[in-house]
Amino acid sequence: MKPAPFRYQRTTTVDETVAALAGGRARVLAGGQSLVAELCARTTSAEVLVDIAGVTELDHVAVDADVVRIGALRRIAALEDDAELAAALPALVECAGRIAHPAVRNRGTIGGNVAHADPASAVPPVLLAHDGEVVLTGPGGARVLAADAFFTGLRTTACGPDELVTELRFRRPGPRGGAAFHEVSRRARGWGLAGACAVVELDEGGRIAELRIGLLGLAPTAVRAERAEGAAVGRAPEAEAIAALAADAVADLDDIPGDVHASPALRRSLGRVAVRRALAEAVRRAEGS
Amino acid sequence: MDTDFAVVELTVNGIGHRVGVEPRRLLVDVLREDLGLTGTNVGCGQGVCGSCTVLVDGASARSCLMLAVQAHGADVVTVEGMATAAGVHPVQQAFLDAQAQQCGFCTPGFLATTVELLDRNAKPSEAEIRAALAGNTCRCTGYQHIVDAVVRASEAAS
Repeated sequence: MKPAPFRYQRTTTVDETVAALAGGRARVLAGGQSLVAELCARTTSAEVLVDIAGVTELDHVAVDADVVRIGALRRIAALEDDAELAAALPALVECAGRIAHPAVRNRGTIGGNVAHADPASAVPPVLLAHDGEVVLTGPGGARVLAADAFFTGLRTTACGPDELVTELRFRRPGPRGGAAFHEVSRRARGWGLAGACAVVELDEGGRIAELRIGLLGLAPTAVRAERAEGAAVGRAPEAEAIAALAADAVADLDDIPGDVHASPALRRSLGRVAVRRALAEAVRRAEGS
Repeated sequence: MDTDFAVVELTVNGIGHRVGVEPRRLLVDVLREDLGLTGTNVGCGQGVCGSCTVLVDGASARSCLMLAVQAHGADVVTVEGMATAAGVHPVQQAFLDAQAQQCGFCTPGFLATTVELLDRNAKPSEAEIRAALAGNTCRCTGYQHIVDAVVRASEAAS
């Protein structure tokens, strides 16, 4: 099928984009790797598409001591190839390399992945686990929202119809910290059935001081595994404890998606495996750092 | 200003074009219908099968997931643009030599994906080849001959 007609506008600055979104009848087109497919399938429509590919001020990466700020228009493929980013946020670069396939990563953007908020989107759990923030710019200027408050439901976010996601901020793991991403798909690559990002901070004695876990594919949107995060504090990160925390992480989930690819029960089981592997790797990196 | 009609200027296989389009028209449809370049095939039409893959400014892209207006100012290469006066592209030759196509429907997409892979990584391992090709579907040959072809192409280039 082909998309229903829409009007089209290209913008080159954030201000111009916000002006184009005023009134809430327009939608943002970035890489289009989800939006164009949905327009073609006519599962969504648009009165006006505002193409922000030329808004070059949103194509930035700034690696600071504590926080990494990434412009919404940064392409997924550019994240994959960024050595400085791989050192600062290894889990994000791991997840970038698993998003769809090269041709899609060449065009898809990090802001689009987050704003689309599909339950299987890979960046949202990474953002949650890194105590992330989303910068939204609208008619009243920019506001900064905790990622925990951004993802509100199935493909639903706190981004208003007249707002634009302009930047994502990730807190870097600390000096005794480590992070990892793990996802399970039907094939070695492809659409994730369940996945997790774990960011762990160890104390001076090597015990878990802080743990944050983001989950994908296990709820209508990306969520944190708060029970496991709380239970982890003070524990030694040994294999048995990691397995128990992984079981904790998926135990409370009560709205796991089910479809032809995987039942809720299978996703819960795969989610446990993903958490266990992500956490074990995060601990390994924390101990090596 | 938003518009319901756009003029798109793009280069396809080295030739400049100026086409008037409705914004909703896909790049693949403009390539096939307006420019007559029917070598680029539409398989699934939803970005999954990879048969419509072309090179846009040297990077592979699904032409079914790209609006023609998004290609304004771009340099597009389709399968028709791969051969030169000297003969077929080395990647095409490797696909011929390895018998990596049967019906040929998916081949233009595999070629574009392979050209990009070898541009970025002249000597990919088999695992890297399989990862790069994972987004392209072939329903005839099985993938072994295609992987063989990419290995041949990488060896021919060295």
